[in-house]
Amino acid sequence: MKKIKCALIGSGNIGTDLIYKIKRSPVLEPVWMVGIDPESEGLARAREMGLKTTADGVDGLLPHVEADGIQIAFDATSAYVHAENSRKLNELGVMMIDLTPAAIGPLCVPPVNLRQHADKLEMNVNMISCAGQATIPVVNAVSRIQSVEYAEIVASLASKSVGPGTRANLDEFTYTTSNAICAVGGARRGKALAIINPAEPPMIMRNTIYCLTDDEPDHARITESILQMIGEVQKYVPGYRLVNGPIYDGNKVSVFLEVAGLGDYLPKYAGNLDIMTAAATRTAEMFAEEILAGKIQLKAVETV
Amino acid sequence: MTQASNSSSLKGRKVILHDMCLRDGMHAKREQISVEQMVKVATALDDAGIPYIQVTHGAGLGGNSLQHGFALAPNEEYISAVASRMKQAKVSVLLIPGLGTMKELQAAYDAGARSVHVATHCTEADTSPQHIAYARKLGTDTTGFLMMSHLNDAAGIAQQGKLMESYGAHTIYVTDSAGYMLPEDVKARVAALREVLKPETEIGFHGHHNLGMGIANSIAAIEAGASRIDGSVAGLGAGAGNTPLEVFAAVCERMGIETGVDLFKIMDVAEDVIVPMMDHIVRVDRESLTLGFAGVYSTFLLHSKRAAERFGVPARDILVELGRKKMIGGQEDMIQDTAMTMAKERGLLQDVAA
Repeated sequence: MKKIKCALIGSGNIGTDLIYKIKRSPVLEPVWMVGIDPESEGLARAREMGLKTTADGVDGLLPHVEADGIQIAFDATSAYVHAENSRKLNELGVMMIDLTPAAIGPLCVPPVNLRQHADKLEMNVNMISCAGQATIPVVNAVSRIQSVEYAEIVASLASKSVGPGTRANLDEFTYTTSNAICAVGGARRGKALAIINPAEPPMIMRNTIYCLTDDEPDHARITESILQMIGEVQKYVPGYRLVNGPIYDGNKVSVFLEVAGLGDYLPKYAGNLDIMTAAATRTAEMFAEEILAGKIQLKAVETV
Repeated sequence: MTQASNSSSLKGRKVILHDMCLRDGMHAKREQISVEQMVKVATALDDAGIPYIQVTHGAGLGGNSLQHGFALAPNEEYISAVASRMKQAKVSVLLIPGLGTMKELQAAYDAGARSVHVATHCTEADTSPQHIAYARKLGTDTTGFLMMSHLNDAAGIAQQGKLMESYGAHTIYVTDSAGYMLPEDVKARVAALREVLKPETEIGFHGHHNLGMGIANSIAAIEAGASRIDGSVAGLGAGAGNTPLEVFAAVCERMGIETGVDLFKIMDVAEDVIVPMMDHIVRVDRESLTLGFAGVYSTFLLHSKRAAERFGVPARDILVELGRKKMIGGQEDMIQDTAMTMAKERGLLQDVAA
């Protein structure tokens, strides 16, 4: 079966883990990996896994886009360079999946709003953050039953699973995730907290979601909605699991989750890495299925 | 106080005291200190010559949350109310990256804050470069604050402190958030920092009194080269409280350490203002001692007591389990989670999804 050819930009933890996820996909094929350091471990691993590589950044990829038929690119670099990467690739008709906190395109959480983006033929969709992918489905599961005045999420990450980019830019992570709790989760106000825990052996990613509903929460309907949503996420992240809750205190709904990864590139504790790459892959697959079925056609975006 | 004998090997050393009762003390008051109370306490401390007074939600900037509780007023309101009344003291704030952001730091500065503790867990200093650089750009006194310092060894603390110094911190703190450290532990870490930091970079120590070691540990820190000490008048702070500042000031006076603080005045603040404000007498009790003994974040104390009441699992059991799971500051959600998991194991709670 024909597959849609993909390029991965950024050779760190996320880019490397994406190779495994995309290789497993029935509709996607990883062809290029783009880095900036010729000596990087990520590029060496990509070559071993059969990908073409360049250490000249996105500019090193551009001359090959047409010949190699690249249609989807994943950007796992940083918020600061993403806009430029996206512009250059969109011009060549390559659709961009943004795994940085840049968020220049619409925010995507697959079980909540992926369908909508594919229908609109968006050329850049943003995956928010690992914490956003882990928690926003639950916020949405509550807000689709009853209006949520405020939602707050707490993500605890194993120190070993948090790369230098995220560490140096924690504020971007906080802002992007807080914004998405409202924009995608459906809460009127949102707040995101991140904790990096160095315990050995590393702790599995944990997420706590608190929602304050406007009216007294309907326990049975909200619990059912949350369990159903967890099932949706489990379709692409099998290690997504309810540990405790939902528990109700007045208008406060609390849910305690754990996210174990598949252990592709980093060990299973790094569920934060997996939920990001799995969601990005799921998103790319939806677009790829549409392209392969002839329902959509990616077009070059003209520069203004 | 001239009648006291004041000679020791530390005679003549100058130490800057930093009061925490309006920040760490917010934990002990479940964030319910009013703006009026803050102004009353801070003006009294200012009058007693305390040079730095920390004023924020217990969890610092961005702390108002379901996770950490909501204070009676926004941080900016507390800060501006206090800062506008200070004659000599500087108002400081706490900023924990991942919770507080640079936007909130700017707002705190605009409200009058002129010093900041930028706090990370003791192994995660590299989450603070943006915030330390931003604080320096604002021109405030800037501290790198290594929380739960007992969970990193002396060499590790030195390396983390060096990182924070490279981002621009004026002072590096060894922070005994769990009140677990003993004088030897403090000395080793402060000495390791002194060895690698530039001579002009100061070293601080922030203690908790869970094992009753707040004062002894602070003295040990000074012996090893620290020149800034955090404490709180009457010890109002998380767990068994911070190093009680009036007691520490008295010890300093006996040893000839110069703090510039009027001892009798802060003794009066402790007795007449702070103690009457306490919801519970902040002291070493069964639970706060458990924090110190098990190495658990002091702020977990009241959360664990509440979870114990709700789920029927003793607070001490919850705290010991949190220590075993190596939970760190900021993970207050894991207290309820842990209590619920323990309650299920003990047949006290049913699984929703079952």
